[in-house]
Amino acid sequence: MAAARAVAAGHDVTGVHLALSKNAATHRTGARGCCTKEDAHDARRAADVLGIPFYVWDIAERFHEDVVEDFVAEYAAGRTPNPCLRCNEKIKFAAVLDRALALGFDAVVTGHHARLGADGLLRRSVDLAKDQSYVLAVLNAEQLRHSMFPLGDATKEQVRAEAHARGLAVADKPDSHDICFIADGDTQGFLRKHLGSDPGDIVDAGTGEVLGRHDGAFAYTVGQRKGLALGRPAPDGRPRYVLSITPVTNTVTVGPAEALEVSQVDGERTVWIAGERPVGPIECEVQLRAHGRPAPAVVELDGAALSARLRRPERGIAAGQAVVAYRPDPAGDIVLGSATITAAS
Amino acid sequence: MAYLDHAATTPMLPEALDAYVATAREVGNASSLHGAGRAARRRVEESRERIAAVLGARPSEVIFTGGGTESDNLAVKGMFWARRPEGRTKVLAGAVEHHAVLDAVHWLGEHEGAEVVSLPVDHEGRVRPETLAEALDDTVALVTVMWANNEVGTVQPIAELAALAAASGVPLHTDAVQAVGQVPVDYAASGVAALTVTGHKLGGPLGVGALVLGRDVPCTPLLHGGGQERDVRSGTLDVPGIVSFAVAVEHAVKHQEQHAQRLSALRDELIERVLAVVPDAVLNGAPVDQPGARLPGNAHFGFPGCEGDALLLLLDAQDIAVSTGSACSAGVAQPSHVLLQMGTDSLAARSSLRFTLGHTSTRADLDALITALPPAVDRARRAGMSR
Repeated sequence: MAAARAVAAGHDVTGVHLALSKNAATHRTGARGCCTKEDAHDARRAADVLGIPFYVWDIAERFHEDVVEDFVAEYAAGRTPNPCLRCNEKIKFAAVLDRALALGFDAVVTGHHARLGADGLLRRSVDLAKDQSYVLAVLNAEQLRHSMFPLGDATKEQVRAEAHARGLAVADKPDSHDICFIADGDTQGFLRKHLGSDPGDIVDAGTGEVLGRHDGAFAYTVGQRKGLALGRPAPDGRPRYVLSITPVTNTVTVGPAEALEVSQVDGERTVWIAGERPVGPIECEVQLRAHGRPAPAVVELDGAALSARLRRPERGIAAGQAVVAYRPDPAGDIVLGSATITAAS
Repeated sequence: MAYLDHAATTPMLPEALDAYVATAREVGNASSLHGAGRAARRRVEESRERIAAVLGARPSEVIFTGGGTESDNLAVKGMFWARRPEGRTKVLAGAVEHHAVLDAVHWLGEHEGAEVVSLPVDHEGRVRPETLAEALDDTVALVTVMWANNEVGTVQPIAELAALAAASGVPLHTDAVQAVGQVPVDYAASGVAALTVTGHKLGGPLGVGALVLGRDVPCTPLLHGGGQERDVRSGTLDVPGIVSFAVAVEHAVKHQEQHAQRLSALRDELIERVLAVVPDAVLNGAPVDQPGARLPGNAHFGFPGCEGDALLLLLDAQDIAVSTGSACSAGVAQPSHVLLQMGTDSLAARSSLRFTLGHTSTRADLDALITALPPAVDRARRAGMSR
């Protein structure tokens, strides 16, 4: 549909399907992911209907190195990565964009739900429930200059209705979810396969007491409650959550819900999109995970580092996710910049 | 449009199209006993005779199929199954075969206990007779080597290979879909046991072809049913397709010599002009000045530093149709196994582009290509080789 809107706007559009796996057969069947033969077929048919050329670009190797291996390495380091973010940063708006520019194209058009205005500012989609500005916030101004998101000013429902009216098969496709390179949706199984088993202790944050054993710290995410398999309940009878993962000692630390609360978030690899980098602290909102709610905060930059003081505590903030700063705006909240979370306290 | 991809498919000859349309107006199942059926049957048998006559075969040796892939599968699997009970379980296949042969052979290896032996090729893509001689023994069920390669156009020494195989009591199948109409093809004189030919590569319709199969060559059917074709192939015969196919085969073979002369002159001009505008382009395959070594309509180049896919896209945008000649599985282009087997490194293999000429090709097609190629190469070079 993004292509359809770009065509309708008078652009000379070429359809490209990204082959992200060397072995397409290992990908999930049915129209759930984004890399199946069926999806490629649907994309090709959409291109037919729009009357534009269509090609498959094989970027499996780059994708594997920059997204899949990064994903595994991040988990191994006790962090919780967002591979969609990495894919946007390294693949769609880097490898693909570079190739497109070299071949004489001006921009990469995707169906992300976010608005990119003539002012170069990235804003949330009009459809807040579908907003994807969070996963685009890693893009720098140069990348955004060569990007188009034609669906940002429409709701998902409007887009589907429009696709239907144009006779595009994508109209009835379910939303894409999960992680496209994990065929069965079993992230833990995928990580176990790549990282093997590495048993260690599950430790109580308050007492330091060993409460149980784990089969690999990578299987845990900060804020996780289910699947801890602790033999006995906490003395106070309240549920326990993963508070932190320490790869050096291979320890998973657990504790009560309130211990998850953080009011300070530190990040690195800062990208600042909206105008000049601020010199002093700025009042804004931050989003700390995909589909997370915005939280008022004071953000300060120091070189590539970013720190955010939260006006109210947030729970379950995992290193490896992005902190994205927004400036609330009646015309759509504006993405100011982003960083990768290194610590939260 | 400059259509330089005749090896993929070539436009129908006007006489083949007329024959198709005229026949498609008629009703009749060739297996029916009434008048309409007999008329259909007669058209089929006349077509069989016409094809047999120009290909050096007997009419009973022509088995109509749904095209090249079916003929290849029938020959490879059918001949293997028929000879397996004698303890012959080895299949020798040229290393640069089309996937219709290669994948059938590998399927036999994976599912039917075949021992698959790949016959290596030289740097021009040719299976040398001594290579086959060394590989032959009394456990070989069949040999399959294409008459001419679809990507680089190399013509194989089929008669020599077939003679070697026959001397060991082994039937040889050859996929001749690219060869018929381009080079002289005579089934009986070649000594092969089975030969694949298809309609759409020589001006006939898509979806119809034949396997020329000796009466004494055992072959187990793939398709079971009415037993229409010598009990080796079942399925209601596609009468208009077959009639049109026969017209095209007859035309292609009868005009082969002059067609080849015209095409090779045009092709040589194409090569010269490509090398003039892109001096570091590398011609792959057999030399053009060696008589009979290369298909007359084939030119295949490596463009160092360019991604073949990128060139294709850029030329396509100028309405010039070419091919990377690479196999496409799940839409993912793999470096051509043909070039890799010829000793080309995988980077160079991915820089390749195939231009193939046919009966509608003109100098204007070349002009369009030569105008569009240099800027496309410059641009593709700037884009570089993606990983």
